[in-house]
Amino acid sequence: MRNIAKLHRSIFTLAVAATLSVLGAWSASAQDAEAPPRQTWSFHGPFGTYDPGQLQRGFKIYREVCANCHSIKLLSFRNLAEPGGPGFTEAQASAIAASFQVTAGPNDEGNMFQRPGQIADYFPPPFANDQAARAALGGALPPDMSVLAKARGYEAGFPYFIFDAFKVYQEDGPDYIHAIITGYEDAPAGFVLPPGGQYNKYFPGRAIGMPKPLSDGQVEYTDGTPMNVDQYGRDVSAFLMWAAEPTLDARHRLGFQVMIFLIVFTGLLYLTKKKLWHDVLHDPELEKPRA
Amino acid sequence: MSGHSTYQPQGPFMQWLERRLPIASFVYSSFIAYPTPRNLNYWWTFGGILSFMLGVQIITGIVLAMHYTPHVDFAFNSVEGIMRDVNYGWLLRYVHANGASFFFLAVYIHIARGMYYGSYKEPREVLWILGVILFLLMVATGFMGYVLPWGQMSFWAATVITNLFSAIPGVGDPIVTWLWGGYAVGNPTLNRFYSLHYLLPFVIAGVVVLHIWALHVVGQNNPTGVEAKADKDTVAFTPYATIKDSFCIGLFCVLFAFFVFYIPNYLGHPDNYIPANPGQTPTHIVPEWYYLPFYAILRAIPNKLIGVCALGLAIVSLAFLPWLDTSRVRSANYRPAFRQCLFIFFAAVIGLGYLGSQEPSGGYVIAARILTIYYFSFIWIILPVLGLVETTKPLPNSISESVLRQGAPASAPSSGA
Repeated sequence: MRNIAKLHRSIFTLAVAATLSVLGAWSASAQDAEAPPRQTWSFHGPFGTYDPGQLQRGFKIYREVCANCHSIKLLSFRNLAEPGGPGFTEAQASAIAASFQVTAGPNDEGNMFQRPGQIADYFPPPFANDQAARAALGGALPPDMSVLAKARGYEAGFPYFIFDAFKVYQEDGPDYIHAIITGYEDAPAGFVLPPGGQYNKYFPGRAIGMPKPLSDGQVEYTDGTPMNVDQYGRDVSAFLMWAAEPTLDARHRLGFQVMIFLIVFTGLLYLTKKKLWHDVLHDPELEKPRA
Repeated sequence: MSGHSTYQPQGPFMQWLERRLPIASFVYSSFIAYPTPRNLNYWWTFGGILSFMLGVQIITGIVLAMHYTPHVDFAFNSVEGIMRDVNYGWLLRYVHANGASFFFLAVYIHIARGMYYGSYKEPREVLWILGVILFLLMVATGFMGYVLPWGQMSFWAATVITNLFSAIPGVGDPIVTWLWGGYAVGNPTLNRFYSLHYLLPFVIAGVVVLHIWALHVVGQNNPTGVEAKADKDTVAFTPYATIKDSFCIGLFCVLFAFFVFYIPNYLGHPDNYIPANPGQTPTHIVPEWYYLPFYAILRAIPNKLIGVCALGLAIVSLAFLPWLDTSRVRSANYRPAFRQCLFIFFAAVIGLGYLGSQEPSGGYVIAARILTIYYFSFIWIILPVLGLVETTKPLPNSISESVLRQGAPASAPSSGA
């Protein structure tokens, strides 16, 4: 019978060895793009909150640059004035809305018409439809940016994805967007770019349809923040994270309250349990008589 | 297993009710006086945790259903509407989405506990089979729920999983068309998945009632696997089990809340935040983590039909454990060889889970095949054979005797040594 146990031990060792060796053989084959470097984000961690100044700068970049091609259909002008966001006043949000032309209607004659945006409107898309976007942009379709920061990411790989849970790390999306914005380089010798493609070391396949969107000094900051691509990338990624997850501040705030309650409540349950079970665990009937 | 207090209706109304509908005495005997083995460890609290999670999922699900639109053109945006414009909608959705994961986490621990302590053995076969049915229902419900947000992963998971039925010779394709309600995954598919996703949890609740009923007929197993014989082997369900379960539900909630509030998308896939696009296949189609071991088994087998059969058999095999395990000793604590094989089995399932998340190429496929072979060999070969040949450790005569043995060292410090 001991032989069977021994047999199983050897089978187990063999299985582990086989698994490890084949995993090792895999290594670098699948990843064709570089892993985005991790950035420092104000909204990272259990107590993270958005930085309104950063969101306003990011919004400026979205508006002046991204919005030329990318829609952000799920975002409304009223969101700009909601708590936990860029901190615009309602008057400012209304003014921003009014600077956009939105399609409304039909009117009494049955025609659609253009009017200045109102605070309850959603951000109008730059193109009427996907086909119009493709036609204008040489076949490439810029993705909608509403939840882009949650729809992108990268594999941290084993075992790092386990550590990320403990580090409360959920910022792969903004990391990736920042990396794409800063990842434009000249294609290395021998790399064949498809027509209309740009070399970007962080994009899967390394050939991206989007031309380099931002360069140093392109968007003017008035608060003294450095005006370079690295900073632009961080700011617009933070803005897109907020657009994708506008309730993050509220979530972190409520989360802390819930965690405190649950930990205290569970502690009390434990003490109650301990007291109730004391007599069961120290039942004199079941004590072994001392030898 | 008897001798604990019985219910005496107090007051004229309760006496009146008792003669007409003895619900109070039923509750009393089932959830207050019900005797539970005194030596249950914390692994036995997952039944309570699962009941709690079922409640959480049903309550959050009903409220989410008030705001969700089951239509291919609106489903994705209605979910985003819940996240943005419904009061605490983000909380409801994140609790429900992560709740599914934690429901499965709890059920896997619950199943593992049942396997380790031989809880499926006579007279608990029906209890165990009801559990396997519950697991199957959970798998179906979870899968259909994952389709509802109508993101890329939703759509392609629905496509891949429904396509499995096309492996059935002859009638496969008509069955798939029938499941889809069309010639591709589309609006009829989404609608029926929504309908069934709403229905099945109540079926689960019904089977849970049967599961608990069967449990209360045969009584709980315990870490020794020796049946409770005398009154001193058991304690009353309330307060002893209720307080212990409550404490563990609290602990479980701390972990659950950590995910909901701090890393709500950690267990999800970014691609599911891309609206479903039938014209564009994602680079990897991966199911939710809790299906990965079975997905790995499916992909480990090159033949589609056999792969699908293996996938089904991997779950259905569990229902036969009461008869495949030939040992009369229940608890793995007294079966050293079984214990070792079982731990390898658990490791194999976790390994399959990891392999299921990776691309099925090269070494990964070979590793998945090795682990799949172990999975089935454990259930169909090792269990029947081991029960006949292994040497088991001596069992205690009773639960109280096993407690006594453990109690002795604990009382040693009080002797002043």
